[in-house]
Amino acid sequence: MCVLAHVFEAAGIATIVLSSIREMTAKVAPPRALHCEFPLGRPLGRPNDAAFQHDVLARAFALLDAQSGPVRVEHPEVIEADEQPVACALPARFDPNLPPAVEEARGLRKAYDRALARRGVSSVGRAITADEVPDALRVLDAIVNGDDWATAGIPGGNTVALCHDIRTYYEEAALELVDGPPPGGRAMEDWFFERTEAGATVLAARAAIRESGAKFPIWFYMTPGQR
Amino acid sequence: MNGDQVMRAHSATLPAPTFSNPAWVTPKPLAQAKVAIVTSAALYAVGDESFSATDTGYRLIGSERRDLIMGHWSPNFDHTGIKIDLNVVYPIDRLEELVQRGIIGSVAPRHVSFAGNQPDDLATVRLDTGPAAADELRQDGVDVVILTPV
Repeated sequence: MCVLAHVFEAAGIATIVLSSIREMTAKVAPPRALHCEFPLGRPLGRPNDAAFQHDVLARAFALLDAQSGPVRVEHPEVIEADEQPVACALPARFDPNLPPAVEEARGLRKAYDRALARRGVSSVGRAITADEVPDALRVLDAIVNGDDWATAGIPGGNTVALCHDIRTYYEEAALELVDGPPPGGRAMEDWFFERTEAGATVLAARAAIRESGAKFPIWFYMTPGQR
Repeated sequence: MNGDQVMRAHSATLPAPTFSNPAWVTPKPLAQAKVAIVTSAALYAVGDESFSATDTGYRLIGSERRDLIMGHWSPNFDHTGIKIDLNVVYPIDRLEELVQRGIIGSVAPRHVSFAGNQPDDLATVRLDTGPAAADELRQDGVDVVILTPV
């Protein structure tokens, strides 16, 4: 973003960056930056809070008053990424012959469909469709239980895209199932990896693929790096 | 450290280009200015081309579109905020409200989306796709852009 600010400014357009990495902004020194210590992925800070978003924009546009730069100002509020997993009900198990994650994913389908109907779009679809999520989890479960990942038939053929779709399916469904204020920046990630069978399956499959000697990008980006 | 702290610490160590003679534009008064959004969230409208894992290109987003998909490949930041409220990444409704209040002049007809996960040298966005996107906005008469990272 800071590099693009220089590029756009050179083209004759005034720029304001909502900075998220303080050190990077200091190094690249875009013409105008409002540093916002907000959860990554939420540069305006708070979803469903128009007043707060307007406060961010007002502080950003105020930087246009400066006569020379670079100008770097900090938003006074810090919003920490919420590390508490969301409280979200999960389907009960009925079929002991199915891997738990497969049954769980099937049980979330109606919530996912409600999310799709409400929003009109879904980010599932990079490697697989929502219909294919349970079977994708079956394949990952088989890898956890000893199948060679290279010949297991990874749906879509890309581990990273596949795990994106599985996690996105769960997160979009879960947003239909949680009450109260919007979940914090890491709350849904924590729920997926620490509370769901699918998250446990993805983590275990990632470990199995790593231990098999697969190249770094194939397994590393299946989950956030700190996992 | 939590996930955001890990990512911020890592990102702070990444190589960063420097600009020895940076441009500075003094825009027209904000109440007369046309404002566009430039985001690194790899957003694209339904029916448009999605982003590949190594995409150095950009997508243009019509100001009327709200059917946007987050195409960013990194699993290392929150993807749910934007699904709760598009404006937390792409403040298009907020800009339209600012026009109604007379704070900004107008909202640009098109906005720009890149993928934030670029190669370390940033050569393509700096020399090719970035200037091309800026030229598109300049043709639309854009005076000010607000850049929103993820």
